[in-house]
Amino acid sequence: MADKTLDAKGLNCPLPILRAKKTLKEVPSGGTLEVLATDPGSVADFAAFCRTTGNELVESSNDGGVYRFVIKHVA
Amino acid sequence: MSIIVTKGSLDWAYPPLILGTTAAAMGVDVTLFFTFYGLEILKKKLDLQVTALGNAAMKMPLMGMHMAMPNIVNMLPGVDSGATVMMKNLIKKKGVASIEELRTAAIESDVRMIACQMTLDLFEYKKSDLIDGIEIGGAATYMENALKSDINLFI
Repeated sequence: MADKTLDAKGLNCPLPILRAKKTLKEVPSGGTLEVLATDPGSVADFAAFCRTTGNELVESSNDGGVYRFVIKHVA
Repeated sequence: MSIIVTKGSLDWAYPPLILGTTAAAMGVDVTLFFTFYGLEILKKKLDLQVTALGNAAMKMPLMGMHMAMPNIVNMLPGVDSGATVMMKNLIKKKGVASIEELRTAAIESDVRMIACQMTLDLFEYKKSDLIDGIEIGGAATYMENALKSDINLFI
């Protein structure tokens, strides 16, 4: 269970990333943020976002067109 | 990263704002320098339009097809505003951010926004025509920043 969940379904690039960054600030260091999205581009983008910012992408999955990302707030 | 923003139509306003806000979200220091028509994006009251005139690549989705219009139609009065309404509807329908939304995100994420003083003079605009939270500067202000940036784009 993530510490916080962000529903970014229906949003297009770059909104899921921008909202995730904003919401991540509300997650304590070491905590996790779950992001739900429907933008297929977000799969590559969340991976790139985490690699660049140093946050850890714990999970990236797809359940019937809804992408689920779990990000551990590191940086 | 720095971006010189030179265009102020609805479609061309997107790339600098999308890249700028995303880079800021990824921890990058971002400076946007708005010059010539790019200044439209900083106006308090946004009125960005799109035109298909002279843009052979602009094909709008319509009932499962893609519609391109000949220039002789695009030049008629009202066609630009029709295309703008169509584009704004698509933007909303597809969950794409509005320019206002991205601009607010840029301010909130400390993107440095500089309006070109020369353009303000040239087109007779005042600083009060533009949104708060921006700076005024010139080519040297931009250059100082660009020299320190790893990525410098011209859009």
